[in-house]
Amino acid sequence: MSELRYEAPESVSAAVALLAGAKGTTRVLAGGTDVIVQMETELIEPELIVDIKKIPEVRGISAESGGFRVGAATTGMQICDHAVFAKAWPGVIEGVKLIGSIQVKGRASMGGNLCNASPGADSVPPMFTAGALARVVGPKGVRDVPVEQIPTAPGKTSLAKDEIITSFFFPARPKLSGDAYQRFTPRTEMDIAVTGVAINLVLDDKGICKDARVAIGAVAPTALLVKDAGAALVGDAAIEKMVAACRAACKPIDDKRGTKEFRIEVTGVLAKRVAKVALERALANK
Amino acid sequence: MKKHHITLTVNGDEYDALVEPQQTLLDTLRDTLMLTGTKEGCATGDCGACSVIVDGTLQCACLMLGVEANGAKVETIEGMAKGDKLHPLQKAILEHNGLQCGICTPGVLIAAKALLDRNPDPTETETRFWLAGNLCRCTGYDKLIKSVLVAAKEMRGA
Repeated sequence: MSELRYEAPESVSAAVALLAGAKGTTRVLAGGTDVIVQMETELIEPELIVDIKKIPEVRGISAESGGFRVGAATTGMQICDHAVFAKAWPGVIEGVKLIGSIQVKGRASMGGNLCNASPGADSVPPMFTAGALARVVGPKGVRDVPVEQIPTAPGKTSLAKDEIITSFFFPARPKLSGDAYQRFTPRTEMDIAVTGVAINLVLDDKGICKDARVAIGAVAPTALLVKDAGAALVGDAAIEKMVAACRAACKPIDDKRGTKEFRIEVTGVLAKRVAKVALERALANK
Repeated sequence: MKKHHITLTVNGDEYDALVEPQQTLLDTLRDTLMLTGTKEGCATGDCGACSVIVDGTLQCACLMLGVEANGAKVETIEGMAKGDKLHPLQKAILEHNGLQCGICTPGVLIAAKALLDRNPDPTETETRFWLAGNLCRCTGYDKLIKSVLVAAKEMRGA
């Protein structure tokens, strides 16, 4: 193993400068539940680890513009235990709850789940449908990026080497809105998604769908926001059209967890179930 | 390799240690502080054998670097019994045959303690979900879960 350097800067600018100055492989360390395992199993041999957890803005949940700002390294347990956030975004919570065991959620974060860029990351489809914005900080300054533009391929993101996601913004929640996430796994706990679907709906005061976002996970190189599927739900709630759009967007692989055919089929089944739950939640959110 | 000096509290006692940057908290506990009660199962966060409580939060010691534990308060299995007096969870697991080979036991006990610290009266379902991250290949889980529920009842004084 090459010489590893560990740094824990207390400001974002110091973290960015460290990353920008490094020559070899670097990793940003949030919860570490992926990075440490990848180091342990020698998948990666970084020369520099930048632990961002001493930077105040990457931790905690606060109210902002009627919505929420969630630090990128806020742990899964902190997110699940935040009653106000959990009430506003039950679908996001359903995703976060599925990130490993209680022990793993004691460390793991949404920032890590997104940047590890596993196609099956459970918190990612509901972040897509929530319309969350990632706050990306780099040497050139700060930009807010829709989360669906972050993962680009398994293990790859659109971030430059010297950029860090410090937090996520979840927008204000209108009345009559609701979200949900479900995945399929052979076991109920401690498993990796074979397919997953998140849906976020906003209804008008007559109960007609006026905005819908649908995302699928584990059935393509990245989670995908399926715009046609969302559009099918707006107005006339064309469920079968939405299901067909989800299935058409699937580009899965065959692996030990499921065949392509199975994944495509089950994605449609889940999409129907998730739409029903999101609708019930939206109707109850008066 | 540059070592880091850390200070941490384990079961109420303060320790100083020099750790290499890639060294996990698990290695730090077992190999540097010689607290070998915390077990290594998979070293990849899947089995829960190395469960410890860090600043009140249950986690796997293999998923945290030793250097990240600088300033932390860590609870391990070594702090569970008070002298010769076993913790009610330890007593229950012995009385109800909630262990066989023993490798998962320290992690299960710590995870169960974290559950009862948070919820003194968990249902069986809550207990099973909470302990889903602790793999046991001997007991078939039933006796483990029963032990935790019995201990919880005793601790509530019911």
